Amino acid sequence: MNPSKTIISVKELVKSYGTLPAVKGISFEVYEGEIFGLLGPNGAGKTTTLEIMETLRSKTSGEVLINGLNVDTHPQEIKKIIGVQLQAAGYYPGLTLLELMQLFSGLYNRKINKMEMLAAVGLQDKAKAKHKELSGGQKQRFSIATTLINNPKIIFLDEPTTGLDPQARRNLWDLIRQIRDNGTTVVITTHYMDEAENLCDRVGVIESGKIIAMDTPDKLIDNLIASGFERKKEVKKANLEDVFLSLTGKEWKDE
Amino acid sequence: MNTPPYSQFQATLAITRASLKSIFRSPSAVIFSLMFPLIFIVVFGFIGGGNISVDVGFDKTSDTTNVLYKILAGENSGVNLVTYPTAAEMTADLKKGNTAAIISILPIDNLKDGKVKVNLQLCDASGRNGKIFQSQLNAIISTVNSMGTPIADMKIQMNQPTEIKGRAYKSIDFILPGQLGFSLLASGVFGTAFVFFSLRQTLVLKRFFATPIKRSGIIIGEAIARLIFAMMGSMVIILIGRFAFGFTLIHGFTTFLNMIALSALGLIVFMGFGFVVSGLAKNESSIPPFANLITMPQFLLAGTFFSIQNFPHWLQYVSYALPLTYLNDAMRKIAFEGAGLWDVHHQILIVVLWGVGIYLLAIKVFRWE
Repeated sequence: MNPSKTIISVKELVKSYGTLPAVKGISFEVYEGEIFGLLGPNGAGKTTTLEIMETLRSKTSGEVLINGLNVDTHPQEIKKIIGVQLQAAGYYPGLTLLELMQLFSGLYNRKINKMEMLAAVGLQDKAKAKHKELSGGQKQRFSIATTLINNPKIIFLDEPTTGLDPQARRNLWDLIRQIRDNGTTVVITTHYMDEAENLCDRVGVIESGKIIAMDTPDKLIDNLIASGFERKKEVKKANLEDVFLSLTGKEWKDE
Repeated sequence: MNTPPYSQFQATLAITRASLKSIFRSPSAVIFSLMFPLIFIVVFGFIGGGNISVDVGFDKTSDTTNVLYKILAGENSGVNLVTYPTAAEMTADLKKGNTAAIISILPIDNLKDGKVKVNLQLCDASGRNGKIFQSQLNAIISTVNSMGTPIADMKIQMNQPTEIKGRAYKSIDFILPGQLGFSLLASGVFGTAFVFFSLRQTLVLKRFFATPIKRSGIIIGEAIARLIFAMMGSMVIILIGRFAFGFTLIHGFTTFLNMIALSALGLIVFMGFGFVVSGLAKNESSIPPFANLITMPQFLLAGTFFSIQNFPHWLQYVSYALPLTYLNDAMRKIAFEGAGLWDVHHQILIVVLWGVGIYLLAIKVFRWE
């Protein structure tokens, strides 16, 4: 990771729906090769911010640069270098995963080894299954596979683990780390703090359309402790999720 | 890295391929486009048409002073006498099966036998109607002769009917073009409306927007897929009609190609209605009522099953406002009468005008998200 190189720069971003402001002037930078988390409760403006960066939504004011390209002037160029996973994106339900990979290969004008890409997300056994036959976790993994087709510089993941069971979440975290280790910058939104703590190199916390904190998870925790915060209950060395995972196994299950 | 420029064409083609596979795997698309028209063809093919009154060509040079004319021209005769500007046009209509027969009433030849003579021309193209008219006429003549007439000693004699060779006119020749038109309407409206609504709703479109393809490329890709599917459907309907039910393709392959070309135009126009419905529908369950509102009246009033001539006049005005009426009309002219596309340019023009209007509306109401 090279913390000095900025790949995404957002300055004074404002988005209003009619008179209702959803994003009220936020600024942040994402560095090349990191996993950057946008945290916040539902309705805080995470998805709006993400979709503006993805060129899927117009902004009211501010400046957004993706790998040096302005979202206002170069949306097509940006689309070629990013991968986008939407919250609950659909695909043609009757098509097999191989056929869908073929579709996206055409949409991105990229020749790909479809089987290899499915194997990368652990779906090689499901290659001939129809999309509608997949479980929730498999759908998310497939969705991530489609974001990787154009060998993007940055991928955007919008709440990828919402609704998944603990095994599926952990598997997805491993996958996301692996993508980062291959040199792709990852921007992820979540409202699960354990996910952010485990996965993200840096996080920005959004609340009511404003960024209220930004740093590494460790630093934010240290800051809080330094301010005199103490948990009411002594923390044990394991929690119930650890118990569940050790009981049910951690491998990729065909959910 | 040296990458070739992005090709919208390649991306559009990828959508066409995926969408076509998706359509072929959707049972409702196959049922609407193929099964329904075929079932209707079978059912209505067997019922056949029961015409209430028979159109008969009436020779202008006929003697109209006799009692036979008065009976035939009377209101409840069950016969509708039609006169033509020229004899050639009259014969042409008989050959197409549009009129049941041609009748001419010769003046009484007092010097010879004092009988009113009737010439009757029949054509195999008019099928049963000609025979029906012949027996009606026979019945009238024998009644008149047995009762005696106000004119002393007048006898009516029917000369041996002349049979003109036309082409066989079967009910499948009427039913199939109408069913073809309706299949295009249903596939265009329902198919397009449901597909675009669900692509929007399930965020498939949004996922496509995140790739470098243009929006027009998405629409064109989807539309081409539907067009290919519907044209394959039309071909299957025509071929099954031809080989299983003896549907007549007058000029063979040329007529077939003309019908397919007209089908493509029809589908493109009807897809416009589908785009409008997908834009107006607030949720999935409001699509069928909207779509039915467009398809049902045309199904019943555009001459799909019944000739528009059977409707009361005020209803015919409604019929002549519907695009499917013109598509059906053009389709029948091409199929029965062997017309070329230019011969039906009037009908095509009206269908195209509908298309322009509906796409202007579609652009206004279509929603991407």
